[in-house]
Amino acid sequence: MKVTVKYFGMIAELAGKTEELLEVPSGTSAIELKDRQVRRYQIQDPESVQLAVNQNLDNKVELNEGDEVAFLPPFAGG
Amino acid sequence: MDKKKPKKVFVQGAIPPEKIANSIANHQSKTNIGAHSIFLGQIRADEIDGKTVSAIDYSAYEEMAENVFHEIREAAFAKFDITCAHIYHSLGEVKTGEICLFVFTSSAHRKIAIEACNYFVEEIKANVPIFGKEIFEDETHQWKVNK
Repeated sequence: MKVTVKYFGMIAELAGKTEELLEVPSGTSAIELKDRQVRRYQIQDPESVQLAVNQNLDNKVELNEGDEVAFLPPFAGG
Repeated sequence: MDKKKPKKVFVQGAIPPEKIANSIANHQSKTNIGAHSIFLGQIRADEIDGKTVSAIDYSAYEEMAENVFHEIREAAFAKFDITCAHIYHSLGEVKTGEICLFVFTSSAHRKIAIEACNYFVEEIKANVPIFGKEIFEDETHQWKVNK
């Protein structure tokens, strides 16, 4: 199945892109996708990275076809 | 009506001081208001390892951020007896000394306006997916993290 993955801030810089369409096995969880991308792009301090699945900050979900998964580094608004 | 309508929060670049003055002027017809509280976030020229910050380049997960801003508004209106509230945050480059966040709350009395303003600022800093690239004078950069 395909999911859209978005990268922001320092993660976009490491990945060299802000978005990509990824083919993942069905049943893949958000945490599994995070681990895979952390290794692929050598993301430092992965504990500080939050995932938003369809804009919800919940890492424990199983992904579905067409989901949008955002990799969010620490927030710095204000 | 004021609290239900999703509002555009992001502005490109620094928030001009005129926008703040105009916001104050726009409330002069609302005579049930007795107090405004205003928070302005300004870009600080931090010195890190001998280098000085000259600007912050803001980016955001905009669709999610707009939704989170809306949720914060809804929660603030449920929690505080405020008449109205306005939030503006910069995207893109904002130079040191310029304004990047403008929160404006109004109420009949000062305590509520001040508490609500503080609530907005803390919630925005903790929960809105906004990212800041601190640009140094030598054009190198590092990524800002809220404390």
